[in-house]
Amino acid sequence: MKYSSQSVAMPYFIAAIGLFVGQIIFGLAMGLQYVVGDFLFPAIPFNIARMVHTNLLIVWLLFGFMGATYFLVPEEAETELYSPKLALVMFWVFLLAGAATILGYLLVPYATLAEMTGNNILATMGREFLEQPLLTKIGIVIVALAFLFNITMTMLKGRKTVISIVLLMGLWGLAIFFLFSFYNPGNLVKDKFYWWWVVHLWVEGVWELIMAAILAFVLIKVTGVDREVIEKWLYVIITLALVTGLIGTGHHYFWIGTPAYWQWLGSVFSALEPIPFFAMTVFAFNMVNRRRREHPNKAAVLWALGTGVMAFLGAGVWGFLHTLAPVNYYTHGSQITAAHGHMAFYGAYVLVVLTMISYAMPLLRGRAANDERAQVCEMWGFWLMTISMVFITLFLTAAGILQVWLQRVSSTPMPFMAVQEQISLFYWMRLWAGVVFAAGLVTYLASFFVKGESKPLIHA
Amino acid sequence: MNTCAQTLVNPSALPAVASDSAPRRLPGDLAIWFFILAELLAFGAFFIAYAFARANNVELFNAQQLALDRNAGAINTMLLLTSSYLVVRAVQAAEAGQGRGAAKWIVGGFACGAGFIVVKLFEYAAKFAAGVSLSSSTFHMFYLILTFFHFMHVILGLVILAALWNGARKGRYGPGNMNGIETGAAYWHMVDLVWLILFPLVYVMR
Repeated sequence: MKYSSQSVAMPYFIAAIGLFVGQIIFGLAMGLQYVVGDFLFPAIPFNIARMVHTNLLIVWLLFGFMGATYFLVPEEAETELYSPKLALVMFWVFLLAGAATILGYLLVPYATLAEMTGNNILATMGREFLEQPLLTKIGIVIVALAFLFNITMTMLKGRKTVISIVLLMGLWGLAIFFLFSFYNPGNLVKDKFYWWWVVHLWVEGVWELIMAAILAFVLIKVTGVDREVIEKWLYVIITLALVTGLIGTGHHYFWIGTPAYWQWLGSVFSALEPIPFFAMTVFAFNMVNRRRREHPNKAAVLWALGTGVMAFLGAGVWGFLHTLAPVNYYTHGSQITAAHGHMAFYGAYVLVVLTMISYAMPLLRGRAANDERAQVCEMWGFWLMTISMVFITLFLTAAGILQVWLQRVSSTPMPFMAVQEQISLFYWMRLWAGVVFAAGLVTYLASFFVKGESKPLIHA
Repeated sequence: MNTCAQTLVNPSALPAVASDSAPRRLPGDLAIWFFILAELLAFGAFFIAYAFARANNVELFNAQQLALDRNAGAINTMLLLTSSYLVVRAVQAAEAGQGRGAAKWIVGGFACGAGFIVVKLFEYAAKFAAGVSLSSSTFHMFYLILTFFHFMHVILGLVILAALWNGARKGRYGPGNMNGIETGAAYWHMVDLVWLILFPLVYVMR
């Protein structure tokens, strides 16, 4: 750690990992509810568990992005953070708001929660992933603005690098597109437009900039490859990501009441969305092959390479699988979507945040890298989580193919619930893969507590 | 392809600057070639989609194709080919050590590219006045999407040419430093190449 103010990243990382654990617990509960429908009913019904599972994911990734930014920007700008105090205050505001929201979901009926939090003044609740009460949404905007102010001021007074500019573009985009969540038009087509302009433009647009910038930063640090080379790749990747991602929004317009040409535009451009992810894979391996130093933190290198591969598979390949309109006509909203969602979020965003944590945490704890044994433990965590996620994805894909066949393609289509019964074997297998994932997460957590000889701090 | 894959994985095998011992030097930056490959994939996907849509609608496509302005298309083809030639001359001038002379060739190339934009705008204005829109027919949709996507590439290419002109004027390019001008020129030739497929495909071939 070069600047003392980078240490504000630490609480953000810890909170991110804590919420990650919560997300997985609810994921396991839901995995069981798929096959034992009344598990935890009526205390935590499936729809609530699902909301908690997805909202926790988003919130912990945001914590991860913020922590990563607080670590990255001072080092890139070569100056202390504009206001570490503001960063810490916002941490507590965000954490308390997040916790209160989750408790609200769990303890109060959703309709009552809406009434209590001013949804009758401005209706913003009820949309998938954007279920947060109005107050929480306003809180997110305040935290985001304070965060962006802090980061932008830091950059303005320091060195401006391509990496930090790309990161900042992504973060500003994230905040600006979130504003669409405040508009909830009565017209269902319009409603879907604004909803996708948050959801899609986040994960298939500006988040990719954040991801590419974080990955590039870690790769510079662990490989020692020239900044100039890495920046060039960054330009190519973000241009491809923005062009394919922005027009690729069209793959959500197929069946929501938009003109037919969206089926062509959406199909073609979103079919190209794997390209930037493929570029990131090539980029990561390329940089590691050309490394000029053997960084003692081998675990961080593994996470970075894992991000490259898994993002391409999950977001790229599994996205392509059902993005063409004639295919999506059958697969829309099936378990294929769930398979893609799981591997894409894990491969792209979970792994990039964990890559940053793996690189930064030892530095924040005053050493260049963890002890060998701690790193081995961490790498076990990586492999257990990654391999089980591959199996979760494969089982859900199998379930999805069968579901589409029985429910939508067959000449004697079966009703939804009858089909669910038929594919329950795959849900059981997915659940067991989820248990292994949880074991991987525990192993990962344990790696933070493995004691041993630490590598001396070297300034790279 | 094999060597291409190898260079992607390990571009350190590539010499960073031209040297006599390496006769097969990649002109321009590896990153631009990756970018060009992605661009060609994008256009290629659209051309294939066009072919499928046409196969289902041959009569409609043929009839509406006749209504397109082939003269405007032919003039634009000449403009882009001339422009590409002028940019080649600019690269040659830089290689011959006349870095500042290259700037004049680039101005010529830019002017032809700008001419393309003007002709295209007149063409679009006439089509919009005639009621052509994304929803008026499948053929019109492809005509507008393909030509407009290419149109945006011409604009980006012009921005790149402007940057090259600025660099050449300042004497930034020469025998030892060809990377920048070759990279920009490669992109401009790609824009030209795509039009050479797009024009016959959409305007002429029946």
